[in-house]
Amino acid sequence: MVITDRGEIATETVTINLGPHHPSTHGVFRMVVTLDGETVVDMVPKFGYLHRGIEKLAEERTYVQTMPLVDRLDYICPMTNEHAFCLAIEKLAGLEVPERAEYIRVIMDELTRIMSHILAAGFLWNELGATFTPMIYAFRQRENLMDLFEMASGARMFHNYIRPGGVVADLPEGWVTQARKVLDTLDRFLDEFDALTAENEIFLVRAIDVGVLPAQLAVNCGISGPVLRASGVRYDVRLAEPYSVYDRFDFEVPIQKHGDVYDRYRQYIAETHQSIRIIRQALDALPEGPVRNEKAKRLRPPVGEAYARIESPKGDLGFYLVSEGGQQPYRCHIRSSCLMNLTALRQMVIGHKIQDLVIIFGSINVTMADIDR
Amino acid sequence: MGFLDTLPVTIMQWVRSALSPYLPVWGSELVVALAKVVLALVVGIMPVIVFTWMERKVLARGQDRFGPNVAGPFGLIVAFADAIKILTKEDVIPAAADKPAFRLAPALILIPALLVIAVIPFGRGAIAADLNVGVLYVIAMGSMTALAVLTASWSSGNKYSLVSAFRAVAQLVSYEVPMAFALLAVVLVSGSLSTVRIVEAQAVPFALTMPIAAAVYFLCALAEANRSPFDLLEGESELVAGFNLEYSGMKFAMVYIGEYLHIFLIGALTTTLFLGGYRGPILPGWFWFFAKSLFVVFVVLWIRTTWPRFRIDQMLDFAWKFLVPLAMANLVVVAVAYKITSDVYMGAGLSLLANLLLLTATVVLLVAWARRSKSRRVRALILGEV
Repeated sequence: MVITDRGEIATETVTINLGPHHPSTHGVFRMVVTLDGETVVDMVPKFGYLHRGIEKLAEERTYVQTMPLVDRLDYICPMTNEHAFCLAIEKLAGLEVPERAEYIRVIMDELTRIMSHILAAGFLWNELGATFTPMIYAFRQRENLMDLFEMASGARMFHNYIRPGGVVADLPEGWVTQARKVLDTLDRFLDEFDALTAENEIFLVRAIDVGVLPAQLAVNCGISGPVLRASGVRYDVRLAEPYSVYDRFDFEVPIQKHGDVYDRYRQYIAETHQSIRIIRQALDALPEGPVRNEKAKRLRPPVGEAYARIESPKGDLGFYLVSEGGQQPYRCHIRSSCLMNLTALRQMVIGHKIQDLVIIFGSINVTMADIDR
Repeated sequence: MGFLDTLPVTIMQWVRSALSPYLPVWGSELVVALAKVVLALVVGIMPVIVFTWMERKVLARGQDRFGPNVAGPFGLIVAFADAIKILTKEDVIPAAADKPAFRLAPALILIPALLVIAVIPFGRGAIAADLNVGVLYVIAMGSMTALAVLTASWSSGNKYSLVSAFRAVAQLVSYEVPMAFALLAVVLVSGSLSTVRIVEAQAVPFALTMPIAAAVYFLCALAEANRSPFDLLEGESELVAGFNLEYSGMKFAMVYIGEYLHIFLIGALTTTLFLGGYRGPILPGWFWFFAKSLFVVFVVLWIRTTWPRFRIDQMLDFAWKFLVPLAMANLVVVAVAYKITSDVYMGAGLSLLANLLLLTATVVLLVAWARRSKSRRVRALILGEV
């Protein structure tokens, strides 16, 4: 035993590797964690395991051919990725989008937001150790939503539905009725889920005051999305730079006060309620008309560049496109919301225990596919 | 009903009388003892098979899905299918492992659990060995788990395994203290450490006369068996499988059986010590015993399905700062209540009253502390101010 000058027993820190093979991380992600006993002293994130070169591949494909790749960027919320990409193309090419298509896009976006937030809430419980039970309840609702997407686009996950100039095809018959039914089920599910989980004592002791992200740090790091709003900053791209037809809907942007894991959980549930509100308004106001701009079929945008961003369920997702007049973009860059949100992780976990690290990482709800692109 | 009730005892008598013409006394006694051992092992391990199936079904139904229903009707053959699967796996011993200890550790986990079966009364007179220090024996065997876990993880030669083991040992050792205090209350009231005498003393089950001791014992038993919400050892989302990370094949099967046997023992011991063991009207004793044990095991599985897990420091705080003072106070209160009267039922009633008063006092103290606390977590937990 080594005794230091101050008469204490000298201890050493242990460096362990959490991942990339790890049952709980949201994708393949490696964290090199330095521990002093149980407490995290340092954390170095190492990502890149899921890098597929989407930005490079986009340079060799036409805009529509890149759409399936863009789908697979953040696979939990494919529609919002497509929407962001299409906004950038439409800005670049000066395309008009028909009314009905705009409303459909909003509905799909918000449904995707619900899907993503339900998954976030469910997976947080998985990491807390509740043996998958709340996760499976949440996934049951996700299945209902994926059925809706399959009805509209033909695919459960990678829809390839939103295209430059509109959406690829109109909603089938009975979709609107089915959507309303699903929303009613969702309302009941959210109430039940909240009643079962929000006041659970073990959850309260593990989530309150854990992984606090101060508002100033969040703004400085460029955090966006529910994580930012849970820290108390009311910033939402739908309000700051309204796109599509969001300015026609009446919805609130909830914020929380403390920015800990519990507040992020509350934020996901609150935003889901707001999304349901928007979808109901959109379904009621859905106009008739074409759903695709016919001129968009052979896209040769003029020389120029465009940047468009949307409020994806994870945060501020942006696409930067540079065109040289051809059918393929010269450069496509993706401003990944998850990557920016990940940068604050180190500050959030230092000083906490390993088990807290796992739930903090779960609460910021990042998808590695979006980070690595 | 009397015949069915004392069936195990009758069988043993029959064996003894059948053999006595042919063997000297010590011979027939030896055979009877061996028969008792075999019967106790069978009766002790059968529930393990049932509980493997039950766990998967209960968890599945709790999660709104079916659970095993392919292997046999209602998936009943699944335990055997699992056993065959585990036994056909390759038994890997890591190169960095300490081989003798690595081979020994699963046995160290399984054997103490098997040994506890000896002092559990399955029915009237149906106990393998009626030790007059039964409860002390149980606590001693439970303490072996800490040593076994440490041996298993140290000999694996794996950093993750070791870190898990440190936490495990801290948890196991901490939860033995409140468990001992809860058991002390039981022993004090029944006047004996022998499990049979404890069951006989429960004209009113101790869960009704000292619910605090029952609850404390149940939670401590959960912690000793590494079950939710104290299952950080198996926390897949943390350091993967903990101390049994490197085990595969037969060794893993032994650890696995040991774990399920522990769960059955939680059920059996809670039944024996708090729920009145084999006592019950009309139906034979062993039926009541297994029904009560099954119920307790169901509650254990129910908790696993629904509750998240504690963090290690919160878990240790809970044991030392809450359960230990509560169990000590309970001991004092129950001792006083039973000393005041000599009638069994009056004593039981007074003890229940005293427990309820103790609970009220605890709640009042907790709320008073929470009101003065500045911590958001404490206020949310106790006062409900989220």
